[in-house]
Amino acid sequence: MMLIPCPWCGPRAESEFTYIGDARRQRPDTSALEVSPEALQAHSDYVYLRDNPKGWHQEYWQHSSGCRAHLKVERNVVDHRIRASVKADEALPSFPEGR
Amino acid sequence: MPGFRLEQGGLIDRSTPLNFRFDGKSMSGFAGDTLASALLANGVQLMGRSFKYHRPRGVYGSGSEEPNALMTLGRGQEEESNLRATMVDLYDGLDARSQNAWPSLNLDLLSANSMISAFLPAGFYYKIFLGSANFWLLPEYFIRRAAGLGYPNALDNEDDFQHHYQHCDVLVAGGGTSGLAAALAAARSGASVVIVDEHARLGGQGLWRNAEERVFVDAALSELEANPKIKVLTRTTAWGHYDDNMVACIQIEGDPGAPLAPHQPRARAWHMRAQRVIYATGAIERPLVFANNDRPGVMLAHAAGSFASKFGVLIGKRILLATNNDDSYAHASILAQAGAEVTLLDARSAVSAALTAQAKAAQVDLRLGQTVLAAKAGKAGPSAAEIGALDGKSSSLIDCDAIASSGGWSPSIHLHSHTGGKAEWRDDLQAFVAGKRLQEGVTVGAAAGLFGAQDALASGWQQGLAAAQDLGHHQASGEAPRLELAEAPTTTIMPLWSCPKPKILKGKAFVDFQNDASASDVAMANQEGYRSVEHLKRYTTLGMGTDQGKTSNINGHALLAEAQGRAIAEVGTTTFRPPYSPVTLGAFGGPHTGMAFAPIRRTPMQALHAAAGASFVEAGLWYRAEWYSRPGEDMWASIKREALNVRQAVGMCDVSTLGKIDVQGPDAQEFIQRLYCNGMKTLPVGKVRYGLMLRDDGMVFDDGTVARLADQHYYMTTTTAKAAAVLAHMEYHLDVVWPDLKVRVASITDQWAGMSIAGPRSREMLQAALPGLDLSNEGLPFMGFLDTELNGLPIRLLRISFSGELAYEVHTPSRFGPQVWQVLEQVGQDFGLMAYGTEALGALRIEKGHVAGGELDGRTTPADMGLGKMVAKKKDFIGRLGLMREGLSRDDRPRLVGLMPADGRSKFVAGSQLTEAKSVGGFGQITKSLGWVSSAHFSVEHGCTIALGFVENGDRRHGETLYAASPLDGLHVPVTLVSPHMIDPQGERQHG
Repeated sequence: MMLIPCPWCGPRAESEFTYIGDARRQRPDTSALEVSPEALQAHSDYVYLRDNPKGWHQEYWQHSSGCRAHLKVERNVVDHRIRASVKADEALPSFPEGR
Repeated sequence: MPGFRLEQGGLIDRSTPLNFRFDGKSMSGFAGDTLASALLANGVQLMGRSFKYHRPRGVYGSGSEEPNALMTLGRGQEEESNLRATMVDLYDGLDARSQNAWPSLNLDLLSANSMISAFLPAGFYYKIFLGSANFWLLPEYFIRRAAGLGYPNALDNEDDFQHHYQHCDVLVAGGGTSGLAAALAAARSGASVVIVDEHARLGGQGLWRNAEERVFVDAALSELEANPKIKVLTRTTAWGHYDDNMVACIQIEGDPGAPLAPHQPRARAWHMRAQRVIYATGAIERPLVFANNDRPGVMLAHAAGSFASKFGVLIGKRILLATNNDDSYAHASILAQAGAEVTLLDARSAVSAALTAQAKAAQVDLRLGQTVLAAKAGKAGPSAAEIGALDGKSSSLIDCDAIASSGGWSPSIHLHSHTGGKAEWRDDLQAFVAGKRLQEGVTVGAAAGLFGAQDALASGWQQGLAAAQDLGHHQASGEAPRLELAEAPTTTIMPLWSCPKPKILKGKAFVDFQNDASASDVAMANQEGYRSVEHLKRYTTLGMGTDQGKTSNINGHALLAEAQGRAIAEVGTTTFRPPYSPVTLGAFGGPHTGMAFAPIRRTPMQALHAAAGASFVEAGLWYRAEWYSRPGEDMWASIKREALNVRQAVGMCDVSTLGKIDVQGPDAQEFIQRLYCNGMKTLPVGKVRYGLMLRDDGMVFDDGTVARLADQHYYMTTTTAKAAAVLAHMEYHLDVVWPDLKVRVASITDQWAGMSIAGPRSREMLQAALPGLDLSNEGLPFMGFLDTELNGLPIRLLRISFSGELAYEVHTPSRFGPQVWQVLEQVGQDFGLMAYGTEALGALRIEKGHVAGGELDGRTTPADMGLGKMVAKKKDFIGRLGLMREGLSRDDRPRLVGLMPADGRSKFVAGSQLTEAKSVGGFGQITKSLGWVSSAHFSVEHGCTIALGFVENGDRRHGETLYAASPLDGLHVPVTLVSPHMIDPQGERQHG
């Protein structure tokens, strides 16, 4: 069971968290009342399309059985190593290739 | 001759005799025995029948690798099957039975399978699939009865199981010499240490193999006991190594098959979180592959040695030991010193002078360049063996009454493998050792291929020290202990994966005993194209079962490699996955069974409902009052009475379970506006509004009410089921999507009690309870609310209706819930007030056509439910673009309808399909479904079943008749489509 470092609570067991999804996806701004076909397509892609990368993955988790904050985690989906975690609205640090 | 107890020796307590039974026969052993050693001491050789051929089998190993001696222990509640006799510590009154034999172990008629073994080759099961289905059914019937191990206990398990959580600096898995050294070094440096071992006492082979090692073990054990930084867990198996050094262990607390002492758990599941893990898991011996190597009286070399040295049990008087490696010399010596005539066949043509000297000193008859080809044996143990040179050219028979063999040792790298670590082949050891690792786990001792005791000790010490120092523990640890051993420090081995075919005797040579996979099965699988080790495993079942191929994997893979002319390293090995050895399912559940499976949520008024005769229904973690029984009433009478009373007078229902969320902040209005698909901007302070929430894909997510308490303060309700999901949805959008919005949300579900007061007399009644208040349509209009006091108790009175009647909700801080309920009950007496439960509530809302869980199933849009007009046109909200997708605005989508039986009385059920044809059709000709029934209940208003459902174009088909088909219930009922508002379509009652 993974230990996920919560920026507020420190390392906590995976069972306290809920996986939310890919943190690189950004919900398109839908505030314009007129909706172009492109905007509709972009929104549909946001709702339905997911990448399934091998290796490092930026993802949102919610510390749902803890402080309830959302966090951004960079995790290797092959071996489950986590190399960074920050608050949801912060940027993850960049890492040199291959680390 | 069968095994017997020696006059002296062993680590058993001869002053404590224990009585036990095997297949009904009384026997005795001593404290310190395992069930296996006690059975051998009582002359029992035949301990089980094999899985497929029902061949007679005896004990083969000495620990968790045991493939054969599986037993059922205990009776009734305590009965447990597939227990390895080598892992069961003997206790007084133990009651063991053999498995998989009919009618008895001695006369197993199913051993006829053995005679037709030519027809039960590898992949037999798959091959019969090639025939017709009918042909398959015949052997399937027999196989189901004949194949298998023990039976699971069908009774409810009332045993207690506990879960424990443990953190430590260093976890040492395995308490042999290397593990003890690692634990000592780490603890002396100042690290906190946990050491676990699957046996009843620590020490491993160091307990019995030679005197010098024993001195170290004893000293180490007393130091462990004295050091409070070390936690020792025996009968505890580290069975799985998971992410971030979470090691799962199972500790056997209560003896299997025995009644438990009061408050004693059967087993404890440990979740260990360690900074460093040291695998001191030892190695597992593998047998030589020769004809009849599976017979009772044939076993692994170290097992024979350990039975003699650890338990004082000799497996025979004339023992033939065949080997290909140095390790067996120690066991040959032990057996000879215990009084057996030992013939040691070493496949190698030359060995070191030290080994020949060791054999000579122990009076072992050493024959080099020879090996065993076949055992002459039935169920009573061997009487002779065919032996010969490796070229297979000549052979002869030799008398013996027991046979032991060693094909070398395979390091236990299971835990390393669990974490994704690779296995690396070493030619010098003829074994896989731990290769590249992904987590902080290191192997030491025999697990690392260091088979000599001093090497094992040194590696344990070094890694224990390194782990502690790595974690910042630098206390002086003193000198590393040293063993002065006569044994050679390293061990050599010659590969010997199968012995030559016998000329005099005949029989199958087994690789995997538990699955009856023989050397010829491996060859056949390869011939048929199953060339990968993973395919070999699936096709022959080699490596499956309770032992997971501990003794058989490497032999099987080596034979496959030989057959393909490839190196073993090239062929590779299958991946070890948890658990290392069988883990009882109860340990996973722990104490979380029955009513303790999940926490119970109770509303503040729960006790009042119980006292009023309520039956409760689970709603998530809640237990809601479903109906209130009165004397002489059955369930339906109560439900009908309650529903009717709401329509005719006034009822009160506990709605505390509704989710309640407090929303505050400068941007609260904007957030609420985006959250719901209907307009919320114009909601003034002091008013409440029904709201519909969508997911981003446009489907309805949840519904509820929003009351605006102040300019920047809202009080939301959600459905009971979605309370947590709605909160998470809001938090996600605030944290991730719109972090610029200044809003805070908090669940206040538990802080507020709620009760709904519904019925034509509700206003009258509340007016009586709140005489100072103007409850007229002007004073408190529909969808208005006010905060006030009831007999000095603070309440929030909202005029909202779920039942379609004139109705109110009274909310109050939880601590006042019971008092408020009682006050209202008291006042209500004069107005015919009755409590009503969730059944009546459901019936009432269906009559009114209000959607709930059955309709909000994640596949329906607002328009599907006839709520399309609610959707705001001039604002952005979650789901707006999703809703614009072509498919969601199609005309022929299923739409909400009301359903009534065409004959005015027939019963039909939720989940029914709605079809045009009278019959749903038979297999392969099923009528197209036009829709479904989402909720159904008995209507007091109409005197029959009514329902809500979805039908293509349903809103334009009122008056048509379809069939509600539920083949599983045998129901096929003509139903008429009507407006979903099956009472008061104009809403005059709730506005009244």
